[in-house]
Amino acid sequence: MMNTDTNTSLKPVWQRRTTGKQLLIWFAWLVFVAIFVACWMFISNRTEWYFVYDAPRIAADIWGRATPPRWSYLDKIWKPLWDTLNVATIGTALSLVFAVPVAFLAARNTTPSATLIRPIALLFIVTSRSINSLIWALLLVAIIGPGILAGTIAIALRSIGFVAKLLYEAIEEINVDQVEAITATGASRWQIMSYGIVPQIMPAFAGITVFRWDINIRESTVLGLVGAGGIGLQLQGSLNTLAWPQVSLILLVIFVAVIISEWISAVVRRAII
Amino acid sequence: MMSEAITTSGVRTWRKPPAIERPWLRYGLLIFTLIYLYFAVGSYDVNWARVAEGVERGWKFIKAFANPDFVSRRSDLIEGMTESIIMTVTSTVVGIMISIPIALGAASNLAPLPIYLFCRTIIAISRALHEIIVAILMVAIFGFGPLAGFITLSFATIGFLAKLLAEDIEAMDKGQAEAVKATGASWLQWINYAVQPQVMPRLIGLSMYRLDINFRESAVLGLVGAGGIGATLNTAFDRYEFDTAAAIIITIIVIVMILEYSSSIIRRWVQ
Repeated sequence: MMNTDTNTSLKPVWQRRTTGKQLLIWFAWLVFVAIFVACWMFISNRTEWYFVYDAPRIAADIWGRATPPRWSYLDKIWKPLWDTLNVATIGTALSLVFAVPVAFLAARNTTPSATLIRPIALLFIVTSRSINSLIWALLLVAIIGPGILAGTIAIALRSIGFVAKLLYEAIEEINVDQVEAITATGASRWQIMSYGIVPQIMPAFAGITVFRWDINIRESTVLGLVGAGGIGLQLQGSLNTLAWPQVSLILLVIFVAVIISEWISAVVRRAII
Repeated sequence: MMSEAITTSGVRTWRKPPAIERPWLRYGLLIFTLIYLYFAVGSYDVNWARVAEGVERGWKFIKAFANPDFVSRRSDLIEGMTESIIMTVTSTVVGIMISIPIALGAASNLAPLPIYLFCRTIIAISRALHEIIVAILMVAIFGFGPLAGFITLSFATIGFLAKLLAEDIEAMDKGQAEAVKATGASWLQWINYAVQPQVMPRLIGLSMYRLDINFRESAVLGLVGAGGIGATLNTAFDRYEFDTAAAIIITIIVIVMILEYSSSIIRRWVQ
C-alpha cells in the first residue's frame, strides 16, 4: 500500500496510493457524481418548484393549525391504540409459528435436504422480507376485507421472513460439540433438536422476537392508512378532514407508544443477554 | 441450574432446567400472557362471511402469481420502477452525507454533552416516526412527487445509519486514536486518520444495507403520493387487477434479491 515517490527535491514524500490507483479512485468518484447528478435532474424535472419555494410558509401554516393538539380527542384513541398493540403482538406471535419451522428448514445444518427444501425455504424468506407490510396489508384488505384481521396477517407475513432469517443464521452458528455429544448418547432426531440445538438458540430466539415486536408496533401504527385497522385509521380520517389538532395528537401518541415499546424491547433484550 | 427430582424409588432423574429460573416470574408471565390473549383475541371483530368470500379472491391472486401480466401496464411499471430506484439512490447518498456528521456528534467519546444530546434527539425522532407518516407530512409541505419521497427516505436514513455508526465509533480502538492525537494532529486530521479508517468497513456495509431498505420503502411511498411504484400498485389492487399487481410484486422481489446479493459481495470485499 505504501509508496515512496521521489519528487524534484529528491526528498521522499509519503503517499497512500500509487498514481494509477489514485486515478482509478478519482474516476470512480466522477462516475458516481455523474450518476447522482443525473438522478437529481430526474427528480428536479418532476417537481413543481413553485410549491417547494412556498414550503416554509406552508410548514409554518400547518404547525400553526396543528398546535396545540386536541387533548380531548384522547378518549377516542384508546381503542384504536389497543387494536394497534394487538395487531403487532398477535401478528408477531402468529409469525413465530411459521418462522420457526422455516428457519430449521433453511439452516444448513438442520435442513432435511440442502438441494431441494433449503432453496424453497430461502425463497419463502426472501419473498416475505421483500414485501413491505403495507403492501401485504393492501393485498389482504383486497382479499379478506378491511379490519384488524387483515393487519394482523400482514404483520405476520412480513415478520416470518425477518425472524426466520435471523433465526436460521443463529442455528448455523451453534456449537457443534454439544450436538455431537447428544448424538453420541443415541438420541433420536427430535431429542437432538430439543436437547442439543434448542437450548443454544433460545436466547437469540427471544431477542429476535422482542426486536421484531418493537418494529411491528411502529409498522402497525400506519396499517390503518390502507384500511387494516388500528390508530392509522384515525390518522387517515383526521388527515382527510384536515383536522390538524387531531393529527398532531395522534402523532404524539404514536411517538410515545414507539418510544415505550423500544424501551421495553431494550430492557428485555438486556435481561436475556 | 439443574433441577433434580427424587422419585419414590430413590432414583434421581435429570430434568431440563426451565428457561426462566425464577418461578414467580415464570408463572406470572404465563398468567399475564393468557389474560392478555383472552382480551386481545376477544377484541377481534371479524366478518367471517367476508373472509370466506375472500378465499376465492385469494386463490385468484395466487394464480395471478403464476401468470403475471407485465405487458398491459408496461409504461406505468417502468416509469414507477425508475422513479423508485432514482429516489432510492439519491436519498441513500444524501442520507449518508447527513448521517456522518450526526454520527460523529452522537458518539459519546467524541462529542461534548450538548451536541451529543442534540444529535441523539434527531436520531430518536427519525427512528420513531414511520416512513409513511413522514411522507404524508412531506407531501403536505412539498407537494406530490418524488421530491417528497426523496426527503422522507433521506430523513429515515439518518435515524438508522447515524445510530449504528455512532455505536461503532463508540466501540473503536482507543490506542489508534491516541497515537494520532499524540502526533499533534488537528481535529479534522484526527477524524480522518484515526476514526475514519476504523469505521469505514462498517459504514460501507451499513450503507449497502440501507440502500436495500430504502428501495423496499420506496415501493410503498407512492401510496401517499410521494412518488415511486406504490401508486401503480395501489391502483392495481383497487381495480382487482391481480395479474398486474403480481407483476409489480415480482419485480420488487427480483430487485431486492439483486441488491441483497450484490451488497453481500461488496461487504465481503470490504472486510
